[in-house]
Amino acid sequence: MRSPAKSFAAVVRSLNQPGAAGRLTALAIPYAWLGLFFLLPLLIVLKISVSESVMGIPPYEPILTFAENATLQIHLTFSNFVLLLRDDMYVVAYVNSVKIAAISTLISVLLGYTMAYGIARSPLRWRYLLLMLIIIPFWTSFLIRIYAMIGFLKDNGLVNNLLMALGIIDQPLAIMYTPAAVYIGIVYSYLPFMVLPIYAALERMDPSLLEAASDLGAKPWKAFLRVTLPLSMPGVVAGSLLVFIPAVGEFVIPELLGGLGSPMIGKVLWAEFFSNRDWPVSSAVAVAMLALLVVPVMMFDRFASRYFRGR
Amino acid sequence: MAVGSGGLQDKPWTDPKAEPFVRVQGVSKHFGDVAAVNGVDLNIYRGEFFALLGASGCGKTTLLRMLAGFETPSAGKIFIDGVDMADIPPYRRPVNMMFQSYALFPHMTVGQNVAFGLQQEGVAKAEIADRVAEMLDLVQIKALATRKPDQLSGGQRQRVALARALVKRPKLVLLDEPLGALDRKLREQTQFELVNIQEKLGATFVIVTHDQEEAMTMATRVCVMNAGMVEQVGAPAEVYEYPNSRFVADFIGTANLFEGVVTEAGAGETRIVSPELGGDIVVGTGGTAAVGATVSVMVRPEKIQVVPGGNADPAYNSAEGIVRDIAYLGDVSVYHVELASGKRVQFTRANLLHTADTPISWDDTVRFQWHPANGILLVI
Amino acid sequence: MTGRTPWFVISVLILGYLFLYGPIFSLVFYSFNESRLVTVWAGFSTRWYGELMHNDALLSGAWLSLQIAFLTACAAVVLGTLAAFALIRFGNFRGRTLFAGMVTAPLVMPEVITGLSLLLLFVAMESVLGGPKRGMMTIVIAHATFATAYVTVVVQSRLGQLDMSLEEAAMDLGARPFKVVRVITLPLIWPAMLAGWLLAFTLSFDDLVVATFTSGPGAKTLPMEVFSSVRMGVSPQINALATIFIVVVTSAVVIANQLAFRRRA
Repeated sequence: MRSPAKSFAAVVRSLNQPGAAGRLTALAIPYAWLGLFFLLPLLIVLKISVSESVMGIPPYEPILTFAENATLQIHLTFSNFVLLLRDDMYVVAYVNSVKIAAISTLISVLLGYTMAYGIARSPLRWRYLLLMLIIIPFWTSFLIRIYAMIGFLKDNGLVNNLLMALGIIDQPLAIMYTPAAVYIGIVYSYLPFMVLPIYAALERMDPSLLEAASDLGAKPWKAFLRVTLPLSMPGVVAGSLLVFIPAVGEFVIPELLGGLGSPMIGKVLWAEFFSNRDWPVSSAVAVAMLALLVVPVMMFDRFASRYFRGR
Repeated sequence: MAVGSGGLQDKPWTDPKAEPFVRVQGVSKHFGDVAAVNGVDLNIYRGEFFALLGASGCGKTTLLRMLAGFETPSAGKIFIDGVDMADIPPYRRPVNMMFQSYALFPHMTVGQNVAFGLQQEGVAKAEIADRVAEMLDLVQIKALATRKPDQLSGGQRQRVALARALVKRPKLVLLDEPLGALDRKLREQTQFELVNIQEKLGATFVIVTHDQEEAMTMATRVCVMNAGMVEQVGAPAEVYEYPNSRFVADFIGTANLFEGVVTEAGAGETRIVSPELGGDIVVGTGGTAAVGATVSVMVRPEKIQVVPGGNADPAYNSAEGIVRDIAYLGDVSVYHVELASGKRVQFTRANLLHTADTPISWDDTVRFQWHPANGILLVI
Repeated sequence: MTGRTPWFVISVLILGYLFLYGPIFSLVFYSFNESRLVTVWAGFSTRWYGELMHNDALLSGAWLSLQIAFLTACAAVVLGTLAAFALIRFGNFRGRTLFAGMVTAPLVMPEVITGLSLLLLFVAMESVLGGPKRGMMTIVIAHATFATAYVTVVVQSRLGQLDMSLEEAAMDLGARPFKVVRVITLPLIWPAMLAGWLLAFTLSFDDLVVATFTSGPGAKTLPMEVFSSVRMGVSPQINALATIFIVVVTSAVVIANQLAFRRRA
């Protein structure tokens, strides 16, 4: 243990270092902002999730109250969480969200890896254009792209019209308002987030590694499995986390493309909050979602702190 | 210990009354649990070209960065020109540094890079222009003033970095591996130029290098560092001829080291029994040791002579072995000889004759000898 | 890379691009359709663009969104650049792990959670402090919070590539720390800050979920207007709006890349 005098001396010494006052402000401003507008709100969600719901504004019972005789009373209730477990609707929505997010992530990895690999192997004069075509949707409005998907998938949309004109089908395929539409929507929206990190990992790879593998007698397929794939794994992990985590909590895609057959937590939370106005239950839904995502989010944090520091 | 010739007035470190320009007193630097620099004491005198020499990770760069003010010592004090540097930030020290990466500002031209330091001092525009031109002239890159750093070759960048470090006429110039990025020919040429510039300006230079040849060529004194501590400080010839430890003997140049036990400790001479050599060794210089102590004897390869015909001078130390390897280096050849004990000894011979044939060949048995004054006794 | 690219990689690549661009092209195509029935072609017309210009709800939503996006981007660049400095330059300060976590977690945090939690904070603040009133400013605060994470990532990677001895050299030559930042660091990282600004602007302009939670009465952003209109059914005016949006974004990305490319060449 350091003595207080010693710690104080250390603080004084560190303040004497060049630019210490500037450093302190540079750190304090974003730290305070994120603490106030990121961390504190999450703690409030946690707090309200264990409050009783009441009619009124705000529609929940405070946890801490000072009673008449000035003793602090704590009202904690886990009834909101019990409700989540009791009611099938919530459990189904959770399982379904994870399933949809996982399968969409898997499809995105397969499609995204192949595309990133193809781009990385394309001739240099094409590569710039191909990359740009991945980046443009990344910058284009998410909502507008989902909206475009509606026009693409619906019964008299482009896909069905095209297939019927070609005589492949007689009746339009019912894709909209099915789980399939949700999968398509998620993959469509998040594909750039998968392609870009995988491409970055592939591009960083020293091409002489593959030459060395083939020089040592590895066939192209083997060289891919033993050299390229392991070295591009960081990109795959980053891409998968960037797709999976937001997809679990997705609201717009299941709302606009999915039907009643594909409930997801994001939709449930939205409905509890805006339709039922039950803040404690929607907070409990959020806390349960966070509990589900805490491991992947921490994985992402650890990964990001290594990855984004510019090596 | 001070040996060699020359007047005292040229070697202020031999004068106990001389006031050192840079004083490093018991300086340590810890990074977490690791001591990068550990209790270093150094005196550097005005006008010196002082080299910090050591392998990577020996603490030499950390010491240099403490002189510049980028690292604060965990313990100890640094005085420059009599002033305690403890509370003086880098931008107020009378010190300029040339960085290993050169650290040229990529968004400024060569001229702007060199002018930067003068602008911080608030020097008048006209004077800045004059001094920048003068400095670019000194390092011979006047024609490149309007180029950006990414349009320069490695050698040109090195010159810009040097000009930038010198333009403020600092009393102390720090150079971190200044020639490390240059190829061999350019490096050798630049070494002499650096010394000329330093003599012309009369500033004190402290250079960090891992290249012993570079340190020996340029420095007035060399400080050999190992594991955060100073092993030896001395003129180049001194550390080469009279190393004070096995580490220095091994680190500077090539050394043959024979282990043995002292049997006689006389006034000027020490006699040692060395089973490695297969006989007695008489040593005339180096440390002193009591009878019975285990010591090492160091002999440089060029101090060993081959005895023609196998009859050694009785006043010399000698031994016999079989030639196992010969490395022809052009000016000299290096011979590796295996003794009966299995110990290998290296010696060099100048190739004096204009012929590729040498009288000594592989698997020859040769006898070699060296004078007792040319061996150094090192206490382990 | 060596060897020939397998045929299936090339076909997946082509299919992937068709998948990414098919919906967008069909949307652009039908925005010029005369018919109100969006997918029945009834001849070329720019009629929906004209009607869009008279849709006051969409126009005022767009104006609000532009203001919010501008303020968000400016705030996020300041916060994100400071955060990037702290993470790259300040070593292992106390509380660094928490700080790094708070900076990166918003990148992946589901929007419904961000939105809900911020709304609950604003409600609590209103009852305790009496403000801020929910509306444009609360949306800006919410957007700046998650946009900061993106700016930090962009600036951080540029700052990490920067040779730290450049700053040391400036200080060694007599520049005080604040001046070092102004004349050395900022000129070298401004392209990353600009990229971060644009990214923050786009993210804010595009956001529906967080804005819906944190908005107050009367503040309806463009995505909120579009969402309620889409819920009513597909509308040709939205097609026209989307087309304008896509054209603007595409040209901005192309121009930005050309500029970046020319600077490097």
